[in-house]
Amino acid sequence: MKPNFEQFKDIPGTTIFTIEKTRQGYHLNEFCMSLRTAENRVRFLADQRTYLDEWAMTEEQKQAVLDRDFQKMLDNGGNVYFLAKLFASDGLSYVQAVSTMTDMNVEEYTAMMVAGGRNIEGWRSKKERGEA
Amino acid sequence: MARITAGIATSHVPAVGAAIDMGRTEEDYWKPMFAGYEFSKTWMKDNNPDVAIIVYNDHASYFGMDIIPTFAMGIAESFAICDEGYGPRPVPVVQGAPELATHLAASLILDDFDMTVLNVLEVDHGLTVPMSLMFGTPDKWPTKVIPLAVNVVMYPQPSGERCLALGKAIRDAVEQFDEDLNVQVWGTGGMSHQIQGARAGLINLPFDRKFMDDLVNQPEVLQYKPHLEYMIEAGSEGVELIMWLVMRGALGDHVDEVYRFNHVPASNTSVGHLILTPKENA
Repeated sequence: MKPNFEQFKDIPGTTIFTIEKTRQGYHLNEFCMSLRTAENRVRFLADQRTYLDEWAMTEEQKQAVLDRDFQKMLDNGGNVYFLAKLFASDGLSYVQAVSTMTDMNVEEYTAMMVAGGRNIEGWRSKKERGEA
Repeated sequence: MARITAGIATSHVPAVGAAIDMGRTEEDYWKPMFAGYEFSKTWMKDNNPDVAIIVYNDHASYFGMDIIPTFAMGIAESFAICDEGYGPRPVPVVQGAPELATHLAASLILDDFDMTVLNVLEVDHGLTVPMSLMFGTPDKWPTKVIPLAVNVVMYPQPSGERCLALGKAIRDAVEQFDEDLNVQVWGTGGMSHQIQGARAGLINLPFDRKFMDDLVNQPEVLQYKPHLEYMIEAGSEGVELIMWLVMRGALGDHVDEVYRFNHVPASNTSVGHLILTPKENA
């Protein structure tokens, strides 16, 4: 069966992690994986730039990490389960980190979740939303 | 002969593990969710399996980008707990079931399910959170475990058809194992959730309830649900629900629904939980 990577592009506010993304994000994601040990977390947090320069990441990927710009990391091949090692190193929960990718602050985001989460109506298609 | 006596489905939200580990289950936020598993913990005490085959996904905790197996089975004596960035969860080491696991992995490969064989595996919240929900906080887990890791993180994930068929093949293989064992199959992950991008926080409870109804009554319909539909309707991470199909396939054509629970939210996620038993098993 011929893979269809284009089919995901109409989902608004969503980056589907495809096999192609594993090529683009390989070094960024492997950097994140390295933060699974306490020693590396300490070393990274002590001197982030030096630690990042040990990885064959693009400058844009490194800057996104330094800025903790999770959306930009997704755009550059990052996957959220890998990025979780980065925000865990910062002591952030999934809710705290994930909310930064939305237009809400963490209090507003948490309130939305407690009220039942983001309603899917209006969020199925970029075309429907006039974004494509 | 070994036999499959029940199937368990449950979400495996990491924050649920953190709430248990930090003693926060009585807090207002968490109490209603944990209350929904009280029945299950009691039921498990009366129906404790010798072995649980736990279908789960690794969340970049053991498998990185180097090797991405579609299906992988842990056949080791034991499985250590991953450090997912916060330090390993303070839960007991998971004991394996190497004799059944080797039989199972070999049977599945011979049946054309090209299982990756894992002689070493560390397990993450995807496997340990369901165990905590079903068993509480024992000093030692009361059952042996065969981890079955499914790639749901990278597209393409295995098809629903493949997952349901794998469950059926697991059932056949378990029944061909000579030792008299009580075996459960657990499907974990889901339900609707999205933890990335501007659409993060998406929950679709009508989808989740319909999925549960279909899983119980007409799983053959679900096998043709495309990945795209999960991603649109249940969020980019909702595609984890294909793992519930493996569990369902292992229970045979007809099941009894022993228990069902839904709760929104746990962290970013719609929590769903089912206990099913095969009808033929009465």
